[in-house]
Amino acid sequence: MSPITLILIALGLGLLGWLAGRAKAWSFASSEPALRPASRPIYHAWYVALWVVIPVLVFVVAWSVIAPQLVLQTVLASPAADGLPVFGFERDAFLGEARAVALGQAPGVFNDEAEPLIVPFRDAFSYYNTIGILVTMLIAVAGGALAFLRLRPQFGARTRVERTVMMILLLASLVAILTTLGIFVSLVFETVRFFGMVSPIDFLFGTKWGPDTMGSPDAVDPSRYGAIPLFWGTIFIGAIIAMIVAIPLGLMSAIYLTQYADPKVRTWIKPLLELLAGVPTVVYGYFAALTLAPMIRDAAVAIGITSASTESALAAGIVMGVMIIPFVSSMADDSMAAVPGAMRDGSLAMGATKSETIRKVLFPAALPGIVAGIMLAVSRAIGETMIVVMAASPAANLTANPLEPMSTVTVQIVKLLTGEQSTDHPATLSAYALGFVLFMVTLALNFIALRVVKRFREAYE
Amino acid sequence: MQTLEMQGLPDIVTFFAEEQLGKDAAAEISPEAWRDIATALAEDPDLITRSQSFNLPTSSALAAGLQGEGPPEMQALAKRLDTEGKLSRNWDLGFLSRSDATSPQAVGIWGALKGSMLTMLVTLVLAFPIGVLSALYLEEYAPKNRWTDIIEVSISNLAAVPSIIFGLLGLAVFLALFPNLRSAPLIGGMTLALMTMPVIVISGRNAIKAVPPSIRDGALAIGASPVQVVFHHVLPLALPGMLTGTIIGMARALGETAPLLLIGMRIFVATPPEGFSSPATVLPMQIFLWSDEIDRGFVERTSAAIIVLLVFLLTMNGLAIYLRNKFEKRW
Repeated sequence: MSPITLILIALGLGLLGWLAGRAKAWSFASSEPALRPASRPIYHAWYVALWVVIPVLVFVVAWSVIAPQLVLQTVLASPAADGLPVFGFERDAFLGEARAVALGQAPGVFNDEAEPLIVPFRDAFSYYNTIGILVTMLIAVAGGALAFLRLRPQFGARTRVERTVMMILLLASLVAILTTLGIFVSLVFETVRFFGMVSPIDFLFGTKWGPDTMGSPDAVDPSRYGAIPLFWGTIFIGAIIAMIVAIPLGLMSAIYLTQYADPKVRTWIKPLLELLAGVPTVVYGYFAALTLAPMIRDAAVAIGITSASTESALAAGIVMGVMIIPFVSSMADDSMAAVPGAMRDGSLAMGATKSETIRKVLFPAALPGIVAGIMLAVSRAIGETMIVVMAASPAANLTANPLEPMSTVTVQIVKLLTGEQSTDHPATLSAYALGFVLFMVTLALNFIALRVVKRFREAYE
Repeated sequence: MQTLEMQGLPDIVTFFAEEQLGKDAAAEISPEAWRDIATALAEDPDLITRSQSFNLPTSSALAAGLQGEGPPEMQALAKRLDTEGKLSRNWDLGFLSRSDATSPQAVGIWGALKGSMLTMLVTLVLAFPIGVLSALYLEEYAPKNRWTDIIEVSISNLAAVPSIIFGLLGLAVFLALFPNLRSAPLIGGMTLALMTMPVIVISGRNAIKAVPPSIRDGALAIGASPVQVVFHHVLPLALPGMLTGTIIGMARALGETAPLLLIGMRIFVATPPEGFSSPATVLPMQIFLWSDEIDRGFVERTSAAIIVLLVFLLTMNGLAIYLRNKFEKRW
């Protein structure tokens, strides 16, 4: 029995409770016409419905955790389970097969040992399903009846319903904290485990990256976990090459759109830039890997650089820069719009030309905002994954030549976590350590950028 | 279909193909081509009594030959068949209804598209209510205190965290809690929902801010409670703006690949996923998987899949821009 069925039952009963509560509230008007009810009938209805649905939801969540355990206990207690191996993979495999057949997910078993377990599983499932449905109904009816009997003309249903609504609103906004906490705790937990095997000094300052995914987890070679080549690759692709492309193009397009373009052109180009921002990164990555990278290599070979690679940092960086252009452009656009019009008008009134006004007045005044925007762009570029996974190299390489293959932090995270490694292997854990560094760096960049933007806005308001 | 295979339909197809096209050309008919005929037979059993000619899919080598690529003998064969009029280029509508396969001539995107739809449904069901409710709380009710500050800081941080970090969270938390749901749209949708929620909260707060305070004051003045003010007056006025933000967030989630790589949706899915808990892949992941294939025939398939993805994304973004222009009110 899936939890969805139980929730549907609860919602159905909730609807019944809602109707019953409303009917009772309406009847107050006819039975005691002199008395003016404290709440409108709809709140009585919601009061009953909430008393039906909320306890049931709590039960369903608890039950969907407990029930599989109970089923397993029952099956293991049955005589058919005596023939099972005591521990290990085989035992789990047999149980899993028998469960799948009993639930109708698989047509038959591969191992004969799993065969006798099917019937106990099927019995246990139907037994606990019945219990689940019965308890759901019981809770729903009990909650509904309790609430229904409390309804009186003078009963403050509205305040109670509204208090619950406020609780739900608060819970919804706590999800954000839980997510942040979840990210932080899981990254820190795995990173600490990794630093138990490889010292942070070796990790942060070592210059050779080449985790041995096949090696024994007990004999770790810390000299293979030096992340400097990755950090350098990430900075070189995301913060240097990409920004050389994105900053001039983004700034110039923002200046053109806000200062020179006539409104008709602006109404067309602005949505086009927004659409460019909506293109998924896997598409940019495909373009980088299939079109740009071979082109760059051929061009490099044609002028005599034979070492050029098809996984060059240049291709990934240029495409990443193109991806970032709309972002830089809209940030620059916002900061220039925040500069007070009086400054611009004053400069024009003194006889400066439009271009002089932009270069000498608008741009310097908007500079802090633009710098903050560029920091946000950098933080987005270094966290970008698909373009570099498809166009950059999986092998780390410490070099300043943009035509050579380079790897980034995100490429390594994907590479280390998409195979079939054990979760305890230092190579797997190192991916979390890389993720933690990435997380902290992007957070720091964003924090500084937001502070700068805030102070800059305040200066003009 | 199995009975037809047992009765030797593949051999019959090969025999007639050899008779019509010659041995070398018949060898280049796709090994799965007999399935087309089997489907036609199953739909119309009378076919067996009359003669009928079929256009059958070719192998990828011959298709490449027709494009002027691949080995010279294949190009020559393609040229010969083309001049004889036995080779034609057809609009392959089946691409939209098939799933992943090993041969580029037999692949389709329905499997990935269905996976994307299931994942997006989970994301929408989780992210939209949570996003809208927390936007309402933060903008309308939250007291100015330390807790509110923490909530606001975590939302603006989450909006800036790289998407791959959400993949790490999904791997370390969701997959640790539900190990048997690896590659399932349910886990993918939950991970993407966490990523989409801050986008919805931020756009929702801006939409609520745009509702003029006079409306709140008016409602309060005639005796509405704070909850009634928000749910009867502010929310309906802010909803179009919230929907715009939601559509943009969903479009971003639809194009997202990196977090799903980490939670195991990088798999070969030969049949469309049946439900929220069966292994699935998504459209951008399918593009990524095909772009890694060595066979030249996958280049066109990848491009076609990108076009399908872009059509969806452009429609969603266009709808968001249209909604914004239509409902944007100057108070």
